[in-house]
Amino acid sequence: MDQSPGLNPSQGADHTYAYERGHGPYQPHEPGYGLDQPDYSPYDDQIPDPKARMLAIQNAKAYLLKTSTTSGLNLYDHLANVLTKILDEQPTNTVDIIENISKDVKWARFQKKMDTLRDEYEIPPTYEAAEKCKALFIKENGEENEEIIEEEIGHSPLPNVMETAFYFEQAGVGLSKDESYYIFLALKNLTSVQPIQTCRFWGKILGLEMNYIIAEAQLREGEEEEEAGEEVTEEEVKGMDEVEEQDEEKEKEDEPPKSTYKPPPDIPKEENGTGANKYVYFVCNEPGKPWVKLPPVTPAQIVCARKIKKFFTGRLDAPVVSFPPFPGNEANYLRAQIARISAGTHVSPTGFYQFPEEEEEEEGGDTYEENPEFEPPAVAEMVDSLSTWAHHVKNILKQGRCVWINPQKLEEKNEEEEEDEEEEEEMDEQQAETGPPLLTLLSEDEGIKDIPAWTAQHSTNLIPQHSVAIIQSNRWPGAYAFASGRKFENIYFGWGHKYSPENYTPILPPPVQEEYPSGPAITEARDPTLEEELAFKAAQEALAAGEEEEEEEEEEGDD
Amino acid sequence: MEAQSLPAALALVAGGGAGLSPEKRAALGVSLTLLQHNYRFERVWFWGCIQGVRGSYYIAEGLRPDRAAPRIRLYSLNCLDWSLLTPATKEMVAQAEQLKGRFQGDPSFEYNFAEINPQAAETLFEGGKEPVIKEEARLIATIEQIDRAVGIVPRGAFVKTPLGSVHENRHFEGLSLVEAKKLSSYFHFTEPVNLKNKTLLEKANLDPSTDFLDSLEHDIPQGEQRCLTEWKVGGRKNILYDS
Repeated sequence: MDQSPGLNPSQGADHTYAYERGHGPYQPHEPGYGLDQPDYSPYDDQIPDPKARMLAIQNAKAYLLKTSTTSGLNLYDHLANVLTKILDEQPTNTVDIIENISKDVKWARFQKKMDTLRDEYEIPPTYEAAEKCKALFIKENGEENEEIIEEEIGHSPLPNVMETAFYFEQAGVGLSKDESYYIFLALKNLTSVQPIQTCRFWGKILGLEMNYIIAEAQLREGEEEEEAGEEVTEEEVKGMDEVEEQDEEKEKEDEPPKSTYKPPPDIPKEENGTGANKYVYFVCNEPGKPWVKLPPVTPAQIVCARKIKKFFTGRLDAPVVSFPPFPGNEANYLRAQIARISAGTHVSPTGFYQFPEEEEEEEGGDTYEENPEFEPPAVAEMVDSLSTWAHHVKNILKQGRCVWINPQKLEEKNEEEEEDEEEEEEMDEQQAETGPPLLTLLSEDEGIKDIPAWTAQHSTNLIPQHSVAIIQSNRWPGAYAFASGRKFENIYFGWGHKYSPENYTPILPPPVQEEYPSGPAITEARDPTLEEELAFKAAQEALAAGEEEEEEEEEEGDD
Repeated sequence: MEAQSLPAALALVAGGGAGLSPEKRAALGVSLTLLQHNYRFERVWFWGCIQGVRGSYYIAEGLRPDRAAPRIRLYSLNCLDWSLLTPATKEMVAQAEQLKGRFQGDPSFEYNFAEINPQAAETLFEGGKEPVIKEEARLIATIEQIDRAVGIVPRGAFVKTPLGSVHENRHFEGLSLVEAKKLSSYFHFTEPVNLKNKTLLEKANLDPSTDFLDSLEHDIPQGEQRCLTEWKVGGRKNILYDS
């Protein structure tokens, strides 16, 4: 039988009248039969009179309302609070935790409800990143807008990053769509700020603290700033020479012998716009951050970069501590690796580019142009045979340049300028270095041990009509290229290092140089002891005596 | 990664450039569910993929109710048909360590020890076995090594019951920003090695239900794991790179 809901809480405390209401008619076979009638309840003999019952209730209530002498609370209010809390919160297994609830209600009386301090609003940690990214989405307002729109519609240097990302996604390569879109917007900013003729998303190089997003661009002709830095250093060097000569004249007598070592001449870097410096590279750590232009690469940096393997930290001004010591900081190292990767892995379908017909240059032709009569081969062909792909970036020679320069000629040029009086050493004639010419087919790329240089696959085997041909480089893990009809693109996602089956070991330092040639004149020998000297003297005398005897005999003979 | 949350998880890890094509993603969604049913796994995790020269291996792990039990690994070449891999033995791992170079992409390819290490080949020969190792065995050993070195879970994600079995912690809400940057809040999800060597003072701070695995702090070389925080608008993801 259910107790009727809505029982007055104060009545619940009074056991005497617990069963007064709510129990329905009892059936004859049940034990409570007949007890709910007035005058038949089992407690009737205790308080039979209704008036007295009311009095008893009031007495009980008054007792409950008695204020405690120690705490100032009264049981009536406390129980009311407890039951209100229970009914509000409706915890499970209330009867087991009733004491705790009672304790909590008493404890809560001592807490101040009003807190005068308000919590400071916590700036979410992604706030700064969001601000920067929002800046990407703002369109420039003003009159310039209309002019820019007209120009851009005609010829836009901005690449379609989303389209490229879609094709690469078919290959399972690429960044998330959001990130690709941010990069798209960041490139748009770049093209509006810098005077860029063509632009391309080169790829992403991962770093230890931050990553690099790299864009490859060609600046509009005539817009390149000459590097004032180089001129300054040349003047400084000349000034230093003059000072040194003056010092020499003063101290010529006290100078220790000068070394005859002449360091090999610095191989000059290639001009901007040719060879390894054909493109200009801009990097940023994240889309939204400002783009930084990377300095052009020098052959010395490329030669050194081939010998070291360092992870990028993500800060362009970080020093590169290595052996052999890298001439530059992380920005230079990054640029050198970008040059090597581009030279090794930028490919296009064979025939897409061709040499211009009016070529009068030497074999090292640097220019190519699109072939208007190019007919793209079928995707299956592109995957099966690597001769359908060709490099379109010049290979970097061992010297560190794309076009070989004779260091001897450099030296002679330098000597004429400086007018040194030192003797010229004859250098062995170096053989001109040659590399594979531009537009070499991929099938001629050497693999590493028994691993081919490239792996080609279809993007999907299930739907061959729409599949895309994808090749990935095994020499530079992370370099991918796709081709679908006339569209093709290269990209790089990775750490920026070449593949080597063995772990990297840095080169050992060179052996200690010989200070002087060792010969018998300066090699140390033990001083002869006294006995040896005496013996030697005796032998000498014997010899002299022997000779005199021979002379005497000869003289006698002559007579 | 959990099979059901694969697409979301892939979007987060895409910063490195590696990912799955839509075809593979769709195929995985289908075949992992079937796998779970066929092998009666409680959960299926997509472990990752190993790229060989001619093809790639896609690896999945199936979990039974006790997460600390030895994993059941399967591999597939096309994300649809899965083959069971036997558990790794120490012998396999030792042999595979001598092999260098990339995977070929063909599970029945045999590496000839005679070319790589003649001495080892001879010892094997004397033992009565042929000095070859199949690529499948190399795959098993490599996966085991990778998992041992970089199989990482955040602290609090798994709890150990007093009976010894390990379960996911349903109350785990993720690490807070400060905690996520510390290496000590990540654990290797393998048999603990360093735990016994801790001093009593350190052990007193540990909570036996959540701190029953090796933390990353003491990995040698120090700082090999780099905690890179990439601030993505709308969220922040922590990528742990192991160099």
